[in-house]
Amino acid sequence: MLEILRQPWPWYIAGPLIGIMVPALLILGNKSFGISSSLRHICAACVPANIPFFKYDWKKEIWNLVFVAGILLGGYLAFNILQNPGPVLVNPALVSDLNNYGIDNFNGLVPADIFNWSALLTIKGIIIIVGGGLLVGFGTRYAGGCTSGHSIMGLSSLQWPSLVATICFMVGGFVMTNLLLPYILKL
Amino acid sequence: MEKSQELKDHFRDQEKIQKTFLVHNTDFEVRTLDASGINESELVHPWWFNIKYLLAGIIFGILLVKSEVISWFRIQEMFRLQSFHMYGVIGSAVVTGMISIWLIKKFKVKTIHGEPIELIPRKFNKGQIYGGLLFGLGWALTGACPGPLYAILGTGASVILVTLLSAVAGTWLYGLMRERLPH
Repeated sequence: MLEILRQPWPWYIAGPLIGIMVPALLILGNKSFGISSSLRHICAACVPANIPFFKYDWKKEIWNLVFVAGILLGGYLAFNILQNPGPVLVNPALVSDLNNYGIDNFNGLVPADIFNWSALLTIKGIIIIVGGGLLVGFGTRYAGGCTSGHSIMGLSSLQWPSLVATICFMVGGFVMTNLLLPYILKL
Repeated sequence: MEKSQELKDHFRDQEKIQKTFLVHNTDFEVRTLDASGINESELVHPWWFNIKYLLAGIIFGILLVKSEVISWFRIQEMFRLQSFHMYGVIGSAVVTGMISIWLIKKFKVKTIHGEPIELIPRKFNKGQIYGGLLFGLGWALTGACPGPLYAILGTGASVILVTLLSAVAGTWLYGLMRERLPH
């Protein structure tokens, strides 16, 4: 049994199970599925700095912080008990593309060639690790949600603004991957 | 003269009361402003009731790892149209969510505490365009949206902590600049 669970789960198993998070949270306590809000609650709890956007009772949303703590724990458990026997099997075309940029290690979930502590001393590392994080935090809050809040929760409840947001996420991703990232990886 | 002073005091007090009243009652509006994960429940529970969300989070975290959607390489494949995997995961998740919400509405399903389930409609603003594009750029760079950031950190990729803290900083910067940004 454990052997089967250790294999990567195909999309038609994992996708519907992720979708079930939507009704699960609603039925558990009327909570709308969403994760980026947790970043805002951290701001409101730790550095509100008198900014009106962070002046609210974050304790009322503590469920969201508990939920993301669970995600962290889940990541730990999955990695230590249910880890894949081999690296993530990606398209060979991607492997040869990335080899051109000096990315040879495909073992982890993130490329060890980019995401490591000493990379923080390089321009490339700072752009990807810090700049990317800033864009994720700023962009998700500006858009009012992330892949979970808009693309899964919003689309599931047929909210057209969430469709607009999802299309923009994809456009941004295509532009970065195909037009900008090749230059950044060369740095 | 004295009378007008009294009147002034009276109005000032009224204003004060109104202000505190507003602060209390706008909390829900401020909290739900530009928000996705929203607490709709009016019930007050002991703290340990939150354990159910910890369990839900653990399951979601395991799903994120085992479906490989938190893999930087999978995100690259998606945006290079080199694999169907990510589209399959997100697409089937949305279809499952849609059917679930349709069933919840049709059968007026209640929460386990007997509350009616409510969904707040989303209002369109330009932030969904500008913010969406910015997030898309960051998603492709880091290979992670906020959920996966927590899960990857859990798998032990410690440098992702810097990405997560940068994301908190990005959210904070948005809060700081919010009034000056087009919405």
